[in-house]
Amino acid sequence: MFDNLSTRLEGIVKKIRGKGRLTEADVDEVMKEIRTALLEADVNVAVVRSICNRIRETAIGATRSSALDPAQQVVKSVNDELTRALGGETLSITYASKPPTVVLMAGLQGSGKTTNSAKLAAWFKGQGRQPLLVGADLQRPAAVEQLRTLGRQIDVPVFSDPSDPVRASAAGLEEAKRLGRDVVIVDTAGRLSIDAEMMEQVRQISAAVDPDFTFLVIDAMTGQDAVQTAEAFHATLKIDAVIMSKMDGDARGGAALSVKEVIGVPIAFASTGEKLTEFEQFHPDRMAGRILGMGDMLTLIEQAERAFEADQAEQAAAKLMEGQFTLDDFLDQMQQIKKMGSLGSLMGMMPGVPKELKGAKIDDDDLKPIEAIIRAMTPDERAQPVIINGSRRQRIANGSGTQVGDVNRLVKQFGEMQKMMKKFGMAGQKPGKKGKKGKRSGGPKGRGLPPGLLDPNAGQGIDLPGLPGMPNMPGIPGMSNR
Amino acid sequence: MGIEILFLVLAIAVVAFGIGVIVVSRRNIAATQAPPARPARPTTPPPEAEPDAADGAGVLVEEPPVEPVEPASLRDRLAKARLAFTGAFVGVLGRSGITEESFEDLEEALLRADVGVGVTTDLIDGLRVKVAAKEITEPQGLLDELEAEMVSRLDGSDRTLAFDADAGGPNVWMFVGVNGVGKTTTIGKLANQQIRDGRTVLLAAGDTFRAAAAEQLTTWAERSGAEIVRGAEGGDPSSVIYDGVERAAARGTQLVMADTAGRLHTKSNLMEELKKVRRVAEKGAGRVTETLLVIDATTGQNGLTQAREFREATDVTGVVLTKLDGSAKGGIVFAIETELGIPVKLVGIGETIEDLIPFDPAEFVAALVEP
Ligand SMILES: Nc1nc2c(ncn2[C@@H]2O[C@H](COP(=O)(O)OP(=O)(O)O)[C@@H](O)[C@H]2O)c(=O)[nH]1
Ligand SMILES: [Mg+2]
Repeated sequence: MFDNLSTRLEGIVKKIRGKGRLTEADVDEVMKEIRTALLEADVNVAVVRSICNRIRETAIGATRSSALDPAQQVVKSVNDELTRALGGETLSITYASKPPTVVLMAGLQGSGKTTNSAKLAAWFKGQGRQPLLVGADLQRPAAVEQLRTLGRQIDVPVFSDPSDPVRASAAGLEEAKRLGRDVVIVDTAGRLSIDAEMMEQVRQISAAVDPDFTFLVIDAMTGQDAVQTAEAFHATLKIDAVIMSKMDGDARGGAALSVKEVIGVPIAFASTGEKLTEFEQFHPDRMAGRILGMGDMLTLIEQAERAFEADQAEQAAAKLMEGQFTLDDFLDQMQQIKKMGSLGSLMGMMPGVPKELKGAKIDDDDLKPIEAIIRAMTPDERAQPVIINGSRRQRIANGSGTQVGDVNRLVKQFGEMQKMMKKFGMAGQKPGKKGKKGKRSGGPKGRGLPPGLLDPNAGQGIDLPGLPGMPNMPGIPGMSNR
Repeated sequence: MGIEILFLVLAIAVVAFGIGVIVVSRRNIAATQAPPARPARPTTPPPEAEPDAADGAGVLVEEPPVEPVEPASLRDRLAKARLAFTGAFVGVLGRSGITEESFEDLEEALLRADVGVGVTTDLIDGLRVKVAAKEITEPQGLLDELEAEMVSRLDGSDRTLAFDADAGGPNVWMFVGVNGVGKTTTIGKLANQQIRDGRTVLLAAGDTFRAAAAEQLTTWAERSGAEIVRGAEGGDPSSVIYDGVERAAARGTQLVMADTAGRLHTKSNLMEELKKVRRVAEKGAGRVTETLLVIDATTGQNGLTQAREFREATDVTGVVLTKLDGSAKGGIVFAIETELGIPVKLVGIGETIEDLIPFDPAEFVAALVEP
């Protein structure tokens, strides 16, 4: 519905690119788009204003620089600024010298405290600790029951006392000492920041257990109110870090930025699903890209790094775009990609991928016949699919348990893909797109890649300028019709 | 899934990873070799020096502690929340005339209430036109006009809860929404009202996912005096709803309120499950006469997407706005109603059984707009 910022800026960027220099009026126009994007991402109004002021300065600076593509400079400075604002100090968990280490969970109703208490307990378990969960939410019906069920699932004991939340918390701490548990996580009732009575109660709980860490749980879908809430909880409890919950949705999550900017504490964890293992440490750089709608390219890179040999991937990409990519290479890459996760989720993380593809349900099992067909080929056939004639086809089909038609289609599509990627590779080298960027792509590693793709100043440096245009490229529209 | 699309996907994936890896390795090289070339530019001031951020942040701290109030009107409930927002309106009224700042103050107030950039810009532009045409000349007139315009955009919606006495079986009201918004609590409150109004009500515990969700609903059944049908945790929600409707039909119970597990609208399998629940609810004698989307007042711009997706999946007939007793203003429902045409029907203003009231556009807007 809302265009992401990259798309929005595309038009302006094109215009500016033609000029080569940014005027103040251009900057104003760009700033308006950035402001809108931030507001649509639920970044707090006041925070938007201060961030925009800072970005504006950089942008104006860019107008005076003729050495860099100003548009790219602007996009980069937005990303830098957001990453800076979200990042900085990180939370390091240090354990109390005299155990147990006490963690207090606080937040609004429905923000996800109970689930995240259990997730955190599982996380501590993973760190080799023995946590105890304490149910101090006596407000919501069956909240303690919920915590007990979750505790059973992760094999962590749960303590509660139905008489009173403050007493339950204090007794929970004693219980942990008695049982020799070295981490205590106190799940409190959800409360409104303006509910004086309930805020006093949580202050008393905090006083009773004297937590080493107080975590504020904030729903990633929260709007402007995130700031009010965080401020009030911080004033009452002194928050150490924030846990962003429900990050698996499609909210841009500007609340994270606002809260970080206003109370200045790190965002320590992100909760990314309903499963108790879907909980991870927070990555500010990824969040910046998300707020801007630039896709989660950094996650992608990290995953790629984990699974890939750098040169190998690089060679594959270069070969692919030079059209020298064989079916063997293809098989190889397929294995690598499978290691990284499901195809569907990988596609979702890439910016610039056509919507139709993002929405497509891609089942990794669909890869199996492709794999089987390629494996049934001889090395020669894989290197040069053109030699595959009628009898070879029949043999391959038999060998892979598929139909001759399937083999045909695969060979044909592979040819199409080669052609298309070759064009894609060449498109970047056409005159007009060259200019100053051409110079930078001349490095030894840039062989065969469109210069824009390697431009360290383009967006996050990993934006894929060629991709958004892909659906219009010759060869593609027809693909699925053939 | 055709082979074609797979090829495209793989090709893009290969290229993207190749490039990603290259960029990363280059960055690493650059980092170890030389500082990146940068244009000379003034260093940006430290964030603390930013008066704006401090402004927005400081509001709540100065708020006097408030006594907890009895369940009362929305206006009373909102009075305390409103204190935090008076800044903008005091600003508008504090000037002797209408200036550019007046518009900016109003714009900021609307944005802070989560009304959204699109709607806000539209409303403010409308005001500008009227001011330019000298139709509005006084600051108070500006506030009045904004309020009137917003209320008029909410006019004419049917906010009654549909109940068909001639349905030939139980009416089913379904409750849907993302996790933690207040579906179960709203069911408890509404069941209480319906029973007080003389209807017989059965609650169907369709949230079989969340731990202890059925216990929670059972507590509300006890509080309200409704019957309850529940299934096994982790069981099939459709069959619980089906059983609930069958039981209601057999006993002549008039109304089934179907609870569902919270789900993010982005999870297509869970949205499919919801469609199925809705279909199954009408498989027997039951008829779904309301599908209420519950939206939490703290929800930001994502609320609009939620409303779109849930409507697509389940034919949403109305919105329940919860947690309006907090500091959040719930402005996103203004966008949901005016842009998607889904009427807001009920408002949750607390955690006790009485804390559910009909949505009143004038009161809602007043809470957003009045000082
Ligand atoms: N302050 C306030 N809290 C509410 C309101 N409605 C629900 N809640 C609380 O929000 C939390 C989540 O509610 P629940 O009904 O379990 O949400 P569900 O997951 O959508 O079923 C609980 O702690 C409720 O007490 C409301 O109108 N005001
Ligand atoms: Mg529920």
